[in-house]
Amino acid sequence: MLVYLIRRLGQSALVLVVMAVLVFIGIYAIGNPVDVLISPEADLAEQQATIARLGLDRPLWEQLWLFLVNAVQGDLGRSFVHGVPALRLILERLPATLELALVALVVALSVGVFLGLWAGLKPDALLGRSIMTGSILGFSLPNFWLGLMLILVFAVLLQWLPAGGRGETVDLLGIRTSLFTLDGLSHLLLPAITLALYKTSLVIRLARAGTREVVLQDYVKFARAKGLSPSRVIYVHVLKNIMIPVVTVVGLELGSMIAFAVVTETVFAWPGIGKLLIDSIVNLDRPVVVAYLMMTVFIFILINLAVDLLYSLLDPRVRLSEAGA
Amino acid sequence: MARTAEPLLRVEQLETQFFTRAGVARAVDGVSFEVARGEVLGLVGESGSGKSVTGFSILGLVDPPGRIVGGRVLLEGENLVDAGERRLRALRGNRIAMIFQDPMMTLNPVLRIDTQMIEAVRAHHGVDRAEARRRARDALGRVGIPAPEERLSAYPHQFSGGMRQRVAIAIALLNEPAVIIADEPTTALDVTIQAQILYEMQKLCGESGTALVWITHDLAVVSGLADRVCVMYAGRIVESGPVDAVLDRPRHPYTAGLIGSVPSRNRRGVPLAQIPGMTPSLLALPGGCAFRTRCPNAEADCAAEPPAERRPEAGRTLRCHHPVGEAVS
Ligand SMILES: Nc1ncnc2c1ncn2[C@@H]1O[C@H](COP(=O)(O)OP(=O)(O)OP(=O)(O)O)[C@@H](O)[C@H]1O
Ligand code: SF4
Ligand SMILES: [Mg+2]
Repeated sequence: MLVYLIRRLGQSALVLVVMAVLVFIGIYAIGNPVDVLISPEADLAEQQATIARLGLDRPLWEQLWLFLVNAVQGDLGRSFVHGVPALRLILERLPATLELALVALVVALSVGVFLGLWAGLKPDALLGRSIMTGSILGFSLPNFWLGLMLILVFAVLLQWLPAGGRGETVDLLGIRTSLFTLDGLSHLLLPAITLALYKTSLVIRLARAGTREVVLQDYVKFARAKGLSPSRVIYVHVLKNIMIPVVTVVGLELGSMIAFAVVTETVFAWPGIGKLLIDSIVNLDRPVVVAYLMMTVFIFILINLAVDLLYSLLDPRVRLSEAGA
Repeated sequence: MARTAEPLLRVEQLETQFFTRAGVARAVDGVSFEVARGEVLGLVGESGSGKSVTGFSILGLVDPPGRIVGGRVLLEGENLVDAGERRLRALRGNRIAMIFQDPMMTLNPVLRIDTQMIEAVRAHHGVDRAEARRRARDALGRVGIPAPEERLSAYPHQFSGGMRQRVAIAIALLNEPAVIIADEPTTALDVTIQAQILYEMQKLCGESGTALVWITHDLAVVSGLADRVCVMYAGRIVESGPVDAVLDRPRHPYTAGLIGSVPSRNRRGVPLAQIPGMTPSLLALPGGCAFRTRCPNAEADCAAEPPAERRPEAGRTLRCHHPVGEAVS
């Protein structure tokens, strides 16, 4: 177990370094921030001074080396626009995105598993078929369109919920969250549903396929032959088995949820890292974009590790020390 | 052999059919037999003859597209075919238990053994977890699992196939059922373990007076274990009777063929006889006697009329127009 963890952490560090190089070179190739940052009226001397201050006059490899050395010390550069460390900007905005993604994940898991289980148990019933049709819809509706429709119906027409922003937040262990105020929750609801829809459809399909397979297994029939109640058979014997693929896939999807939050955050003016990314791209605020990408990679790595650990908890047949890469 | 007036389990004209897209498969087609207290009944037949479906039908565990379409299953006088799901649940695993064919698939891979045993006790008895666990441990001990207390908290994949089948047997024994249906429980295991488990099952059931229906395709197993035997072919019982009589003097050509294909010490050197042909698909059974395409005794009347069940001698039944050892008339 410990050996496994150490090896995984080593691999992760390597991935981070490779990503850092790729990201830095990739970003270097697009646009020239000087055009955006320096007012056109500034004279040549002023321009030269700014370029020198930002270190943009040095060769690429030297900039890369500086970047890596600083990155190891936790310094991902300063935002050209805001003049504060890029990492701090990201970390300030991160809780909002994580909160959104986690709530969406919980919605997707609970709704998806319940509906998928149902559809899997009664594949030929009208409700079972409707659930599957609904999930196809969930797959094909574009995120931004759903967000706009929800705003139109619940915020504009019915005026039940706010159209955007994060609402009132409270500090919990130094992290700002809107999970514990009514106003915060009401702001969170629509973006979370928007972000959850696609994953809910995915979970429905996984849970349904898993259920249909598991109910045919001998151990389910044997459970019934023991005289267990249907609820015990379904919620213990079947559910525990279908949770293995569901948790694995959905856990890995949490990363893409954080990444996909870009669209949802833009539609709902949700002040998370997704919106920060869009703003920074528009302003060619290179350090922030780089910091965003590095943070995303870091989160992906963390999630993968957590999913592997969780998987071994759910499935007693998996022993981490034996797993290969 | 003294029989009590009312057998523990009595199956009468049981019919179970599968309504598939390709047609109706009569997997169990008018099966009747009975088992008394402490008796072991062998149910023998080739793969696909309907043995497992018979077992599942008795417990009311036939899943769509299958359905019991006729007959009665009387457990201690109560007809299970008419019983509601709730009543069946109260009886399953309690008065009548089943052990499945494949020990590797019977236990839930993600639940610990104690979970799977305790739930079986608590489904039928209002005892607390500690008491249920104690009973589970005793049952494991009874089927010969060493260190049962520690093994209780293991997962199925930590057991060998033989040990898993012992666990399944322990689960079947947990609530001291009146009848156990054992569906080829030793087929997947190697021969020594098979013999051990057979011996232990026989002992345990003999001690408690549990009636045992032992499903197998292996006549050798039946001869050592069963009191009576039913030979099944294409959903029907073609011959039945006391095990010694049927094995010594088989009357049905199919039974005779099965016996001829079993290796035996006193016929060493003689090539094994094989029943020619394959088990026919239930959807394409020949008319008349279902066995006639493979039968050495078949004659014209076998195609015309399916043989009715008759009693060639006391305690035996037979479905055949031209039985073995009968002068051609
Ligand atoms: N789910 C099903 N759908 C359709 N037909 C089925 C189904 N289950 C069983 N049958 C039919 O019932 C017949 C008997 O099956 P069963 O499992 O009882 O055979 P068996 O005697 O137990 O054979 P084996 O020795 O291989 O276990 C099969 O040949 C098949 O045609
Ligand atoms: S009835 Fe005819 S075909 Fe059928 S087993 Fe008897 S002899 Fe053979
Ligand atoms: Mg079978």
